[in-house]
This record gives sequence, structure tokens and C-alpha cells, in this order.
Amino acid sequence: MEFFGKIGSSVEGGLAYVGALTSLAGRAAYFTFIGPFQGKPLRFQRAVSQAMEAGVRALPILSLITFFIGLILALQAAYELRRFGAISFVASAVALSMTRELGPLITAVIVIGRSGSAFAAELGTMRVSEEIDALETMAINPVSFLVAPKFIAMILMLPCLTIWANFMGILGGSLFGVAQADFTFPRYIIASLDALFMRDVVTGLIKSFMFGVTITAVGCLEGLNTTGGAEQVGRSTTRAVVMSIFLVILVDLVFTMLFYFLGEH
Amino acid sequence: MAPSVENLGVDESFDGPMISLRDLRVSYTGREILHGINFDVQRGETLVILGGSGSGKSTLLRTLVGLEKPTSGQVWIRGKNFSAISEVERDEIRKRLGMSFQGGALFGSMTVGENVALPLQEHTKLEPTTVEIMVRLKLDQVGLSGFEDFLPSQLSGGMKKRAAVARALAMDPEILFFDEPSAGLDPIIAAGIDQLILELKKAFHMTIIVVTHELASAFLIADRMVLINKGDVVALGTTEEMKTSKHPRVRQFLDRIPEPAVAQELDYLQMLTEPSSKSGEGRQGKSR
Repeated sequence: MEFFGKIGSSVEGGLAYVGALTSLAGRAAYFTFIGPFQGKPLRFQRAVSQAMEAGVRALPILSLITFFIGLILALQAAYELRRFGAISFVASAVALSMTRELGPLITAVIVIGRSGSAFAAELGTMRVSEEIDALETMAINPVSFLVAPKFIAMILMLPCLTIWANFMGILGGSLFGVAQADFTFPRYIIASLDALFMRDVVTGLIKSFMFGVTITAVGCLEGLNTTGGAEQVGRSTTRAVVMSIFLVILVDLVFTMLFYFLGEH
Repeated sequence: MAPSVENLGVDESFDGPMISLRDLRVSYTGREILHGINFDVQRGETLVILGGSGSGKSTLLRTLVGLEKPTSGQVWIRGKNFSAISEVERDEIRKRLGMSFQGGALFGSMTVGENVALPLQEHTKLEPTTVEIMVRLKLDQVGLSGFEDFLPSQLSGGMKKRAAVARALAMDPEILFFDEPSAGLDPIIAAGIDQLILELKKAFHMTIIVVTHELASAFLIADRMVLINKGDVVALGTTEEMKTSKHPRVRQFLDRIPEPAVAQELDYLQMLTEPSSKSGEGRQGKSR
């Protein structure tokens, strides 16, 4: 009986957390899409600087990692395909798994590490040093001032980063394709593009959009909910990273299932 | 207009008290911190809220600026029930309030100048050049001219406090709140902050609320004082009335007498240490 009670309370806690995330994302959406029409400022400048930080500065590391991932995918796929004499399918295997799954996911994980954690640390520090309180006493809404620009930046940058990640992954695969599978570089790229349908790219981008919302909501919520002192900021940051990774995988699962069953018809 | 300390009528019209508390109760996670606080603050008056750690004085201040919600009772600010009005109305009132936080609470990612400019940029349609002039004026007022381009991390504790006051002054507030203005500062810098508060009071006739437990500073700046203990108002009166008060809690606080429980604890500790020293002697004796 106690066991079921524990399950019940943890499910309740989980739902409350998702509720808090949705509420925060909802308020940020209000200040982004509705607020500006009601005379509230849209903080475009702050969004741009966030986008620079979360998006543009992530490019070098993202490029490198997704290039390697593409190469690894090619090697792993070739290991099996070789036995059937189907090594020329390496290109389509890499292209499909990058755009549909690994591109969005790896991008999300890198962005969690770089930006999700930074959001939690920034807002957590501001919370414990009373800066969030200061904003409120100055009649400046913290969600409008701090959270909304991060949402704008992330939902714009994550799909862009994902497209770049897909491209770099295919490039990584092509290294193997050209060196080991009798492809020329143009043929490898053409084979990759032939394997892809618009649907594959779009589903990946829809996922990455949802990942962007999830990462920002978790990072900001954990930051804003920080109580106590400096050591709690560290905890919030850790929690933000772990929760983000978990929720991103969960969102990934839900959307992959959705696309799978929608694709049946 | 002279500060009217005498008239404590329950007049809640605009010309009445700037702040009125009516049976204010605040709870944190089910535990009541403030048990029914009542007092008024008149325009131009400086009220010092005294109290020990955990007395509820910080909660009281946070409730006054709307950071905590009362569980019951009312906070009236400028004739408006602060806890019952809409978000928009509350923000309108907040623009007339200035708050200086204990640690300054300056935005670490912005320069001092940007910190002071922020409320002006958010709430007024002033030209950037005008904002710049205003920022310089405000920093000048607190003795920080020339520090516009410094980051808060480059300032000393006292300078941070001053910068925070400049930011609180940015919108020319009618009511200014200070949370522990001299906490963590050396006596000379703390005296400087006191001087600043006195100047603001004299020059701008602001209503000033200060939370502190620094007695010397409290008696210097206050028109009236209120002593909070365990969430209740113990005493409320002018500095003279407080000095001559016979109330045991007031005497204890002003004369810095430790809590009886602590005094007993000291006795208890003494009792513990004495026999042990005796037994130590005993052992020494044996060994000899």
C-alpha cells in the first residue's frame, strides 16, 4: 500500500513540475507574442545577445561533435551493411539517423550543457542575490525581462543549430564514404539527399523546437526556484542539466512515437 | 510640510498616511511569521523597523514592497490596498517606491550606469541622452560620480550600497525602503550611508522606511521606531519615547541584554566546565 502511495506522490510531483514548466513557458509566450501588442516591450536586443551566446558560440563545438557522430554512425552502419554487400547504403543510413534523431538530440544535449546550465546558474545567482526581487520592486516583470528573451533565442537557434548539425553529420559520414566505400564526395552527398524526404527534416526540426522550449523552461524554472545560498545555485544547475536531458529524451520519445504512428497512414 | 508624527488617525485618503498596515498577517509554509501588525507611516517620516534576527522585520519589509503576500490583513500604500489591486495598478505604485536591498542586488551583468538607467528605460520614454544625464545626477547624489562604467563586482561593499541607493532613487520615489543599510560595512562607511539617508530626507522630504538592528544608526536617522519581536509590534514611538520606554523587551533590545534562555545556557555551560576542571585536578593529584 505504501509502495503505491509513493508511486502516487512521485507521479503527482512529476505532473506538478511539468505544470510549472508549462506555466513558465506560457508566460514567456505571452510576453513574446501577445505582450508587444499590449504596449509591453519585446526585448529584442536581449534576445539577440542570448541567441549569440546560445547559438552562434555553440557552433565550433557542435560542428566538431556532430562531425564525429556522423563518422561513427557511418562506421557502425558499415559494420553490418558490409556483410550484405550493401555498403553503399551507408550514406542513406547516416543521413536518416542524423536528421531524424541524432542531429536534434546531440544538438539538444550540447545546448543543455552550454546554455541550459547557464540559464539555471544565471537566474539562480540572481535569485539568491535578490536581483530578481529587485526587478519586481522596480515593476519589471522578471519573466518578461529575463525568461522571454531566452525563449525567443532558443526556439530560433535550436532548429538552426540542428540543421547545421545534420549537415556536419553527413559531412562526417562522407569521410568514411569517400575513404572506404567507393563514393566520391558529390555522389555521397547526392546519395544522402536522395535518401531524405522533407518529412525527415521537418520532424527533426519540430523535435528541436520542442527541445528548445523544454531546455529553456527547465533551466529558467530551476534558476528561479533557487532558494538559499550559493551552494544551492550549484544544485539548481545540476538539476537543470539532469532534468533537461531526461525531459528532452522523453519529449523525443513522445514525438518519435507520434511521427511513427502518423507516418503509418 | 513638516512630518506629522502625532496624528495617527485611521485616515486612508491620499493625504493620509503613505503606508498603513491593518492587522497584517504573513505566513511562510504554514508558519505564521507576522501576527497582526498595525501601524501608519506619514509622508516625509523616517520609520526605523528594529528587531532581532528572525523577528520578522525582513518579512515585514518584503511584504511592504509586495514581495510577500499577506495571508490576511491589508497593506495600504498611498491609499491603495496593495494586496487587493491588479498587477498593473501594483506596478504603478511600485514605480513610486524605491528599494535598497541588503546586498545591493545590483545586476551583475550591467554596469553601474546601466543599473541606474534600467528603471528609467523601462518606465519612461526619456531620450537616451536625458537618461544619461539623470544617471549622472543620481550617481552624483550618492557620491559615485564617474563610476558609470564600472561593473558592480569592481565596487567595494559601501559603494555597491550607494549604487543601489542611486538605482532606488532613479524614478524619484515617494517612499524609499532600506534593508539593513549598514550591515557588513565598516563604521565609517556605515556612517556615510546614514548621512546619505539623512540628506535624502532633508532634501527630498521622502518617506523612508529602514530595517536595521544597528542601534546607533537607528537613533540617528529615525523620526519614529517600531520594535518587532517574534512577529508582533512590541513598541512604537519616537526615538525619545523609545529611549525612555520601560517596556522590558525595549529595554532588553536597547540595553543589549541577552535572552534569558541564553543566559541560563551560559550558566549551564559554566556548570559543565567547572566539575570537569575539578576532576582534571583530581587526576593530576592522583598521578602525582
